Amino acid sequence: MSSTLSEGEASLEVVPLRHWGRLGGALVTLVGVAMLIHTVFSKIPSRTGQVACHVVNATKSCHPVMEWRFSWNTVGSYLFDPLVMNGLWLTLQITFWAMLIGITLGLVIAMMRLSHNRLMTGISWFYTWFFRGTPVYIQILFWFAISYLYPTLSVGVPFGSWAFLHINSVTLFTPLIAGITALGLNEAAYFSEIARAGLISVDEGQIEAATSIGMTPSQTMRMVILPQAMRVIIPPTGNEVISMLKTTSLVASIGVIELTGAVDEISASNFKTVPLLLVACVWYLLCTTILSVGQFYVERYYARGSLRTQPPTPIQRLRGDLGALGTRFRRRSPVVSR
Amino acid sequence: MSDTMVEARGVTKAYGALQVLKGLDLEVRKGEVTCLIGPSGSGKSTFLRCINHLEQHDSGVLRVDGELVGYELRNHKLYERSAKQICQQRANIGMVFQRFNLFQHLNVLENITIGQEKVKGTNEAAAQQRARELLARVGLESKEKSYPVQLSGGQQQRVAIARALAMEPKLMLFDEPTSALDPELVGEVLDVMRDLARSGMTMIVVTHEMGFAREVANSVYFLDQGVIEESGEPEQVLGDPRSPRLRSFLSKVL
Repeated sequence: MSSTLSEGEASLEVVPLRHWGRLGGALVTLVGVAMLIHTVFSKIPSRTGQVACHVVNATKSCHPVMEWRFSWNTVGSYLFDPLVMNGLWLTLQITFWAMLIGITLGLVIAMMRLSHNRLMTGISWFYTWFFRGTPVYIQILFWFAISYLYPTLSVGVPFGSWAFLHINSVTLFTPLIAGITALGLNEAAYFSEIARAGLISVDEGQIEAATSIGMTPSQTMRMVILPQAMRVIIPPTGNEVISMLKTTSLVASIGVIELTGAVDEISASNFKTVPLLLVACVWYLLCTTILSVGQFYVERYYARGSLRTQPPTPIQRLRGDLGALGTRFRRRSPVVSR
Repeated sequence: MSDTMVEARGVTKAYGALQVLKGLDLEVRKGEVTCLIGPSGSGKSTFLRCINHLEQHDSGVLRVDGELVGYELRNHKLYERSAKQICQQRANIGMVFQRFNLFQHLNVLENITIGQEKVKGTNEAAAQQRARELLARVGLESKEKSYPVQLSGGQQQRVAIARALAMEPKLMLFDEPTSALDPELVGEVLDVMRDLARSGMTMIVVTHEMGFAREVANSVYFLDQGVIEESGEPEQVLGDPRSPRLRSFLSKVL
């Protein structure tokens, strides 16, 4: 065996190994998926027993009426129902405000947790322990019933009786506000852990370097640590936003007519429960899809400086794949050139 | 006006029970280059970090350009300065780290301008102009848009030197600036440091590069187990060591 290639050997063709098992498995899976899709878009005899009868040559023949298994026509007719549209808009608003509360408060709790003050770390630990340790559904019910525990809220002397501001809890905590508060405070507990992971992922040398050029601790946090922590924080946060979008459906239980509340209300009057649940699913899926795409580009933005070359966007990758496919077809004999 | 830039008297520092610095005395005059050498764990990096208050010393006096570092003397007591005051002191002391510590999320130009803009309040145009001058000085004019990960270790360290110089420091501290570099990249960083020393910058360099110390330093301090074992001119300390510990140390590194 010689270690150098001769003139002819350098241009030898490479024949890739065929993976027959892998190919077979893929084909079986493909058939299964095709069958499933077929059932979703197929018709079945009417579930209410409707039949259609014809009289041909004095004989009457009857056959059952066929309808979509998933009642797509009903789904279609309620997809843009005004009540559904209002519900969707409210769902997006609740998601936004709850995430805003969750991220802001969560960041503060994460910083408290990393503080050198033992009292601060203790309080933030307790917060996470409590809000992460109880079901969010019960928390929503609690905030809804807050006026039972605190009929009036006052701002004044701590522990004293004098106060300059009194608020009636019932008027302040409407079902919507109670829901947003509950979701936001619950989210803060989860987000604080995400933020903490991001903050401690930044190399200590970065902090020393910022300190050595005279940056204050607050400047160091804002301009050096946080931008780099974002790379670690973004992916799980995208997860949280998507999760939150769906968790908002729980506030339907305290009478907020968001997306789930809206389809509940419609199906309560027309009993078309399954198609209306599908209406909600279509909208939830659309929103989560848009959020996932957004997440990809935000991640890409914060990844700058962490990789020597940026990974391609899906569009760039598709274009690259198509280009490679083209050259493969054009060049019949795949001789390794260069 | 005294011509002393750094003055240390009886500086001590302990981490828990471990006494890292056991009363160090040192004097660096303006425009001089001082090298700190010694085995790892001898306290030389800790001492360097005390000079810009990245570490707090426990006792003793540490002055930079006549000002106490991190403390204020009132009624025979040392009062800790506020974070803001300490930051202002640090802005006048440049530091270069063993592992470069460039800001990973900023490109080369931004790494050099951020301190000028955010700490000194220089406007963007002036900061960029100064950054470009410094990049030319360290031979990296073409790299201003690159991110640190795209640079070699030697290039990163030269950017780190430019970042520190951008603050127009009166003193530069180097903490083993070439120890994390591949051997063939050491030269380019030492060239920049040599050039800096020639321009009259006051420098304290923790290093294992004995050739550099002998050529550039005005004085060399040998630290071992938290004390200064020997100090003096490089020819004398490195060429004719008196203490047996320095002799054994030099026989290992040379």
